[in-house]
Amino acid sequence: MLLSEMKEGHTGIIVRVGGNGALHRRVLEMGLTRGSEIYVEKYAPLKDPIELIIKGYHISLRVKEAANITVDKVTP
Amino acid sequence: MHKKSITIALAGNPNSGKTTIFNNITGTRQKVGNWPGVTVEKKEGSVSKYGYDLKIIDLPGTYSLTPFSIEEIVARNFVLEESPDVVIDIIDASNLERSLYLATQLRELDCKVLFALNMADVAFSRGIKINADKLSELLDVPVVFTTGNKNKGITNLLKTAIKLAESTSNISPKRKVKYSKDIETSISKLQNFIKERVEQNFPYNIRWTAIKLLENDKIVRKRIRQKSENKSREILREVETHRKHLSSRFDEEPEIVMTDERYGFIAGIIKEIIKTSTKRRIDTSRNIDLVLTNRFIGFPIFILFIWIMFQTTFTAGSYPMEWLSSGVNWLSTILATSLPDSFLKDLLLNGIIAGVGSVIIFLPNILILFFFIAIFEDTGYMARAAFLMDKIMHLIGLHGKSFIPMLMGFGCSVPAIMATRTLESNKDRILTILITPFMSCSAKLPIYILLAGTFFSARAGTVIFSIYITGIVFSIITGRLFRSTLFKGADAPFVMELPPYRAPMIKSLIIHMWDRSKMFLKKMGGIILVGSIIVWMLTAFPRNINYSMNYNEEINKINTSSSFTEKQKKAAITKLKLNEKAEKAEKSFMGRIGKTIAPVFAPIGIDWRGSVALLTGFVAKEIVVSSLGILYAADETEETDEPDALKNALLSSEMTPLSALSLMVFVLLYLPCVATIATIRRETGSLKWTLFSIVYSTSIAWAAAFCVYQGGKVVGLS
Repeated sequence: MLLSEMKEGHTGIIVRVGGNGALHRRVLEMGLTRGSEIYVEKYAPLKDPIELIIKGYHISLRVKEAANITVDKVTP
Repeated sequence: MHKKSITIALAGNPNSGKTTIFNNITGTRQKVGNWPGVTVEKKEGSVSKYGYDLKIIDLPGTYSLTPFSIEEIVARNFVLEESPDVVIDIIDASNLERSLYLATQLRELDCKVLFALNMADVAFSRGIKINADKLSELLDVPVVFTTGNKNKGITNLLKTAIKLAESTSNISPKRKVKYSKDIETSISKLQNFIKERVEQNFPYNIRWTAIKLLENDKIVRKRIRQKSENKSREILREVETHRKHLSSRFDEEPEIVMTDERYGFIAGIIKEIIKTSTKRRIDTSRNIDLVLTNRFIGFPIFILFIWIMFQTTFTAGSYPMEWLSSGVNWLSTILATSLPDSFLKDLLLNGIIAGVGSVIIFLPNILILFFFIAIFEDTGYMARAAFLMDKIMHLIGLHGKSFIPMLMGFGCSVPAIMATRTLESNKDRILTILITPFMSCSAKLPIYILLAGTFFSARAGTVIFSIYITGIVFSIITGRLFRSTLFKGADAPFVMELPPYRAPMIKSLIIHMWDRSKMFLKKMGGIILVGSIIVWMLTAFPRNINYSMNYNEEINKINTSSSFTEKQKKAAITKLKLNEKAEKAEKSFMGRIGKTIAPVFAPIGIDWRGSVALLTGFVAKEIVVSSLGILYAADETEETDEPDALKNALLSSEMTPLSALSLMVFVLLYLPCVATIATIRRETGSLKWTLFSIVYSTSIAWAAAFCVYQGGKVVGLS
């Protein structure tokens, strides 16, 4: 499923990162690499952007950008 | 004896505590903030220690050395071109995995690098135990523990840096990132290919160059073209072949694969050096965010914070403002009585003290405002503000990060425009720069306080608030308009760290606040002083004016006449004196300029005095008040003190509440001050955009004021 479809409190493993060149690379450089565990901390009050926890730190992405990332949902 | 000098560059992620360590080493005053990328300028500090002259350079905080943003380009170019003796990479120990990305990139750069594991105490409290010796061994790099905010480990850090700088052994070629077989093959092939074709003195490490070319690094491609002229085409063609080969092999572009592999390499290191790793931040910071970015109360709290900031700025600021004001009055009274009448006395009292004095009284407001902004930055709340605001800012066609410069624009446009450097996309930057001057800066506030206070006494607060809102509305309109016309195209990615909340250090807050207020004071001493003198000169000259009547004669007539009572005499003489001053102002150079341009301002209800004041506002917005003061000093009565005199003068002038409102709207929107224009020019690097900003804002200002004034007249306001 897409990262943007995940709900608050869900955990996933990143399968694929897509998107155009600059965004793609920037997202990877911030540590959102294949195989990493990602936790959806919360959506902003206006439903965009998303706060995520990756590699032990907090990062925010727009929903549209999160839609470029495919994840496998981890069932708790 | 001449001491040996060593250049040390500090590199590191934003929020890694780099700036705190820089301050601890050099003692220099510099901003410490939590907003990612707050250190945009290259900061230097020199210190003599352990028998060396140490030159410390604080590089911009970056997550990587891939040249996307200005910070990254600045940081990488410094390491590449200036070849510092040592690079210290400040690593946030509680955020090790991501921090090591920059570390591996630095390691590849072939410079002498040293790791400072900062804030290991925080990491430890989260259950993370780092084996520094192992890290040092794995990457073949000296590793030192530091605790920046407690000033621990700095001595050891510097000593290790000096030792590293003095060591003659070559940088170990091993222990760098090793990529997968296909990529390593391409790198070594390309390495040999390049080596045969570039000059002996080619400045960069060849392996690094090969890696960057495979990653399609624009800057390195450009350098290749510059340094190896005719061979460059050959090299770039070879690079293309390898890139194509790798792309088809991995079904991804090489730079993506290599970024992935670098993190894979890091993951391997992490496994070996970290004992227990908590995946999630279970700490106070997260709990704070449960409230501050809460779905329901996040926004109300945000608005409350902004409201508190402005409320405190203007109410708490009004007391010291009064003290300063009476201080200025006291000074001018003392000087007025003790100095003999002369040209210089006139210049000093009516030019310098009246001009600078009417502006310096706003220092308390500005100090308080900057203090609040410093709190927001240092605690990490600024990033949350961007998180909350991004959706809204995105609707205007801007980035959540644009909110920060725009918020700072309420303080002063100069640092605000400088803060746009945190924006990665050039389009976003220029758009934000064009919009920021519509955020009513603190220098415009005195004008509103004066005009609204005079004409809307009871509702002054509401009027000023509406003016601020008007500015915001115009910025939104401008943003949307330009986004759909001049700046079409893809948006920059919104990838932003939300750093943990940190208790602000009082020392750093004060340094922060003071640094910015210093800018205001410097403006006082420079631009505003000069401006006040020019304005005074234009009003005071020509010295001999052809008056319509002989005032002295008239006064004498009244004095000698016996048909008036003493009281009537006094009133008549005051009136005559006022008329004389008014005529003098009208016939001065300033009055003549004002009258010449007055027709332009007539449709928006601004008379020649207003026109003159607005002209002088180009020097600095604060001057509008002092110009009005000087121009209306014609009506100054001796019994009342300075601010009330101007109020009374305005009330008895032809200015109406409606024309005052029109004037305020014009002041809000019209061309930025000289300092801002200079900043726009520097930050956009384009004369075209600078001129565009000037013309656009001034036309908008005139149009808006026209609507207010003529519209107001139509609906029967006066």
